[in-house]
Order: sequence, then structure tokens, then C-alpha cells
Amino acid sequence: MANELDKIEVKPARRQFLRGAAALASVALAPGLLLYQARPAGANVDSGVRWGLLIDANALSEDDVDACVSACQREHGWRAEDGSATDAQWVRKVKLRDRASGHTRFLPVMCQHCEHPPCVDVCPTGASFKRADGIVLVNKHTCIGCRYCMMACPYKARSFIHEVLKDQLPVAPRGKGTVESCTLCVHRVDRDGADAVPACAEAVNRAGRQAIWFGDLNDPASGISQALREFGATRLRADMGLNPGVGYRGL
Amino acid sequence: MAATQRYAEIRSRSPGYWGVLLLLAGLALVGFAAAHHMDVEGHHVTGMNNQVVWGLPHVFAIFLIVAASGALNLASLSSVFGRAAYKPLARFSAVLAVALLVGGLAILLLDLGRPDRLIVAMTHYNFKSIFAWNILLYSGFIGIVVVYLWLMMERRMQAFSKPAGVAALIWRLVLTTGTGSIFGFLVAREAYDTAILAPLFIVMSFAFGLALFALLLGFSFRFDGRELDQSHVERLRRLLGLFVAGIFYFVLVFHLTKLYGTQNHPFERFILTDGGTYTLLFWLVQIGLGNLLPLAICFMPAFAGSARALFAACLLVIAGAFAQLYIIIIGGQAFPLNIFPGYEVESSFFDGVIADYAPSIWELLLGLGGVAAALLLALLALRVLPILPEGLPAESD
Ligand code: SF4
Repeated sequence: MANELDKIEVKPARRQFLRGAAALASVALAPGLLLYQARPAGANVDSGVRWGLLIDANALSEDDVDACVSACQREHGWRAEDGSATDAQWVRKVKLRDRASGHTRFLPVMCQHCEHPPCVDVCPTGASFKRADGIVLVNKHTCIGCRYCMMACPYKARSFIHEVLKDQLPVAPRGKGTVESCTLCVHRVDRDGADAVPACAEAVNRAGRQAIWFGDLNDPASGISQALREFGATRLRADMGLNPGVGYRGL
Repeated sequence: MAATQRYAEIRSRSPGYWGVLLLLAGLALVGFAAAHHMDVEGHHVTGMNNQVVWGLPHVFAIFLIVAASGALNLASLSSVFGRAAYKPLARFSAVLAVALLVGGLAILLLDLGRPDRLIVAMTHYNFKSIFAWNILLYSGFIGIVVVYLWLMMERRMQAFSKPAGVAALIWRLVLTTGTGSIFGFLVAREAYDTAILAPLFIVMSFAFGLALFALLLGFSFRFDGRELDQSHVERLRRLLGLFVAGIFYFVLVFHLTKLYGTQNHPFERFILTDGGTYTLLFWLVQIGLGNLLPLAICFMPAFAGSARALFAACLLVIAGAFAQLYIIIIGGQAFPLNIFPGYEVESSFFDGVIADYAPSIWELLLGLGGVAAALLLALLALRVLPILPEGLPAESD
């Protein structure tokens, strides 16, 4: 946890210093001995990057969406009992039926990682925040549990922890009385960078069939940017001008 | 007359008086215990859930906070607008404002998921957050009103009480606007996405604050055997009528502007015709008991000067206030977000359905405890400080 917070709170100046230091270290030790990975801990929140998801509604069956949800549960250690109004749901299966045609489809809906997140604007303590790379998170140390962010979120993406929790996973610290939501598998992103695959995407992508793209929206050469160019995407409640980092194809 | 006005502490020894004070103290303690239970067990012991995240405690808290700013009215009328008739009531008006605000904030604090992190809330400010601004506005309000009260009570300082009164008036209008904006900023929710909420909250504050003020004044005067002349009752009665008419007007405008946009029709139908409890609360309690009946009482000549009629109207206004805030706060969340316009939606997370909410006893006790604490604080202040006039006899003019 301390380690994760370190990463989050790194100031740009220090980040640059660290990146410089990392480069130096790499230079000094290369080529035989490379002590640092490309992104040492504390230096990998890059403001030039904006991580996002593209979800292909046409490719996802109901079972696929269920697989997304269970993969997220396994990855982060949350569970939601059927019909419970108080259990947390980081990602949920939404069934849509077109009123005109009767056509039905299933979507995973999670935090949309907005560019202008209302949850961040309203949070009194700044616990709800957006990282320089576009991932919207809750700082579990400063969240006071006022739930104003939940009132403000247009996507119903956040959950409040209503009871004492046991058996938490190290990658996803959670606690009674605070709010949480999809982290875009930030622990994977910090480990693997552009090669990261969030758990939900991993659960449904197979060889020859990409259903969820993850990547850097700012990099025109990234897979997600290319897919976006090719297929286009619908942003949920685009009318609100929040510019979500998550897009849906085939809506 | 104003210059010779004498003030005195409440000295009542009547068992009825002490009974009420004890009852309030007991309720406040029980409320605190209920909050402790919620804190230990988690919010699953309340009726709140991931759909309705603000529940009954917020109805009580916002009632008190809104009423606090309105309670200051009589003081403003006297210091700022020079209405001498209200001068004897100015001190109590300021005391009540502070007491109500403290009670409301206590509820909000105790309902947090992590009330133990109060210190975080005081040291980490996000200045983009209207909530954070409200924390500053509320503390500032208490500070200004306490100074204002002191200037009014200290003979040598009375000349300064006018500028302090102006400051308090401006501050409290900003404060109520800020409270209204807590909802106005929630653009994603159809119930709140309107600028009318800010002025609506201001007139609500006038009426709710005055209703509590008149009730406590009547209570203290009665048990202390002080004279309350008809002329004063009559003035308060007409003032209350004016404020209730204001609420009625803004509620009308709120719903008419909503009805103007077709996309809001489902929400309007929910409140006005199909919402079950919410619809019943709206027509019966908010409009019927909370607006129309008090309007009749306040404007019918038959009730002129009747203290009983005034107090009945005040109680009705308060009942209407709770219904109105319940509909705004809880009804506004129960109505589903429209994330996928044009689609029928279904999910494990209650998308597309009206959310259920049934308040639990713990929330109710916390809310009542906060109100009791606020009233107790105000009544105790009346006992230890010369705040209320020794009597309000008929005026010579
Ligand atoms: S619940 Fe926590 S993250 Fe959400 S607004 Fe309140 S303090 Fe911020």
C-alpha cells in the first residue's frame, strides 16, 4: 500500500528527476547489467499517456460479460451477492434492449475514467483523484466516506463499503466506510505499462478475436487508437462533455 | 422602546420545562449511540445502499442547516433593514442559527463512512468542491454570528452590530446558496439539474428557520410566564405566510420548468403521479399540510393574533419541510440514472429501476438526536445568557 501511494503522490518534478535518475542508472549499468526496469516504482505515471478501454459490444455475448465480471472479482477480491443493494460492484453486466427493434445486447459497465471526472470535482478532501495518465482512483487514506462522488457520478460506477471486510487482496486495499470503483487494473498498468491487459479484457480476448482493447489513447499508433479510428466508439452520456476514457463499439 | 428593552435568562422551574429539556438530552444521547452503532457495524444497518447513498440523516441534517440560515432572519430584519419591531428578537435569532447549524453538522459528520477522519476533512481541501467550500462557509457562519451576537449584547459595541449584521446576512445567503448548490452541481441527476434549487433553498430556509424560531420562543415564554402580545404573534404569522407562499411559488416554477422539457417527463411523472410514497408525500404532506394549510392559517383573518394558530402553522411547515427534503434528497436518488437513453435497461446493480429505500431505526435516531441536540443547545443558551426579552407587550405605536 505504502508503495502504491508513493507512486500516486509523486510530484511531476520528482517524477522527472526519477526518470532522469533511472535513465542514468540504465546508462551506467548497461549493457551488461540492467538494474532498473524501464519504469522504476514511483516513476511511471506519465502525463503524456492517457489509458483507456474500447469495448466491442458486438463481440461480447452474455457469457463474455459474465466472464469480465468474475475476472474482476477474482483480481480485486470483491463479491456481490445476488440482489444485494449494498454490495460493491466494480463492474456490472448491463442488459440493453433497443425499444424500437427489440434487439438485445450485454455490456460491462465500470468506471469510465473521465477526462473531466465529476467525482473528482466534488470530493471535499481530494481523495477522489485522476492520475496524470488518466486513471481515476480513490485514495483510501483520505476518503471520509461522504458519498458525494457517488451522487455526482453519471455512470453509477462507484460503491460504498457498507460492512467490515475480510480476506482482501494486496493489490486492492479496501475498507469499510470508504468508496471504491474500477481501477483500470492500475497495478497491472504500473507493472506492465503499455503491455498491460486489465483482467476484464484478459477474460474475453482470444487469439483472433479482440473484444476489449486497452491502451494509450494519446498514442496514434497504439492498438486502441487504431481500433477507435477504424470502428469509432460511443461514449456513454457524451452529452455531458466529460470525455470518458472508456468507449463502446456497436451501441 | 428598543433602547430600553430588557433581556433576561429563562428562569422557569416548571417540571414541564425541565421534562422537555431532559427529553431532548436523552434523544441527543440516543442519537449519538445510534451513530456509534452505525460506525462500528457499517452502513448496512441503515436503509442506505449503493443506489440511495444519502438517506434520512441527510434529510435531518439539511433541514437543520437550511433552517439555521433562516433563523437568522429576524436579526437581519432588525439590524440590516432597521425594522425596530424585530430588534428584541435579534439575539435569539442569532443563537438559534448557531445551534441549528451545529446540530446539522453533527449529523453530517456522524453519518460519514469514516467519522474518525474529521481531521482529514479539516486539513485536505479540494477547492473545486462545493462541499469543501461549505465546510468553510459553515465554520465562518458560526464565527460571524457569534461576533454579531456579542456586538448586539455588549452595550458599548452596539453601533458595530449593524455592519456585523450585514456581514452575517450576506454570509448566510451565500451559505444557503452553497447548500442548494450541493444538489445543483449533480448534473447527472435529473432531479437536481436546475438552477431553481438555489433560490428555492433560500425561501425554504426563511420559512423553516422562522417556524422553529416561533415555536421555541413560544415555549420559553410560556414556561417562564412572559408576556407575548398579539401584535407580535400577528407579525410572525404574516411573515411565515409570506415565506410559505415563496416556497409554493418556487416549487411551482421548479415543476413547470421541468415539465417544459419532454426528457424530464418520466421524472415528473414519478414525483407527481406514479411515485407511490413520494407522490403521497408530495401532495399530502409537502403541498397539503406543509403549504396550503399553513397558508390558510397565516392569511385567514379568523386566526389573526392567535398564538395557537401560529404554532400549529409552524408545526405544519416543519412537517412539510421534512417531506419536501425527503422527496428532493431521497426521491432524487431513487429515480434511476438515464445512462442509456432509448434503451430498456436491466442489471445486477439496479440500473433502470426505481431504487428501494426504507430508513432504519438507527438513521432515524441519529437524525432526531441531531435535532434534539440543536434545540437543547438553543434552550440552554437561553438559560445562561440574557437573550430573550423580558416580555413582548403591546406596542405603543
Ligand atoms: S466518498 Fe470519499 S472519494 Fe467520494 S467524495 Fe467523499 S471523500 Fe471523496
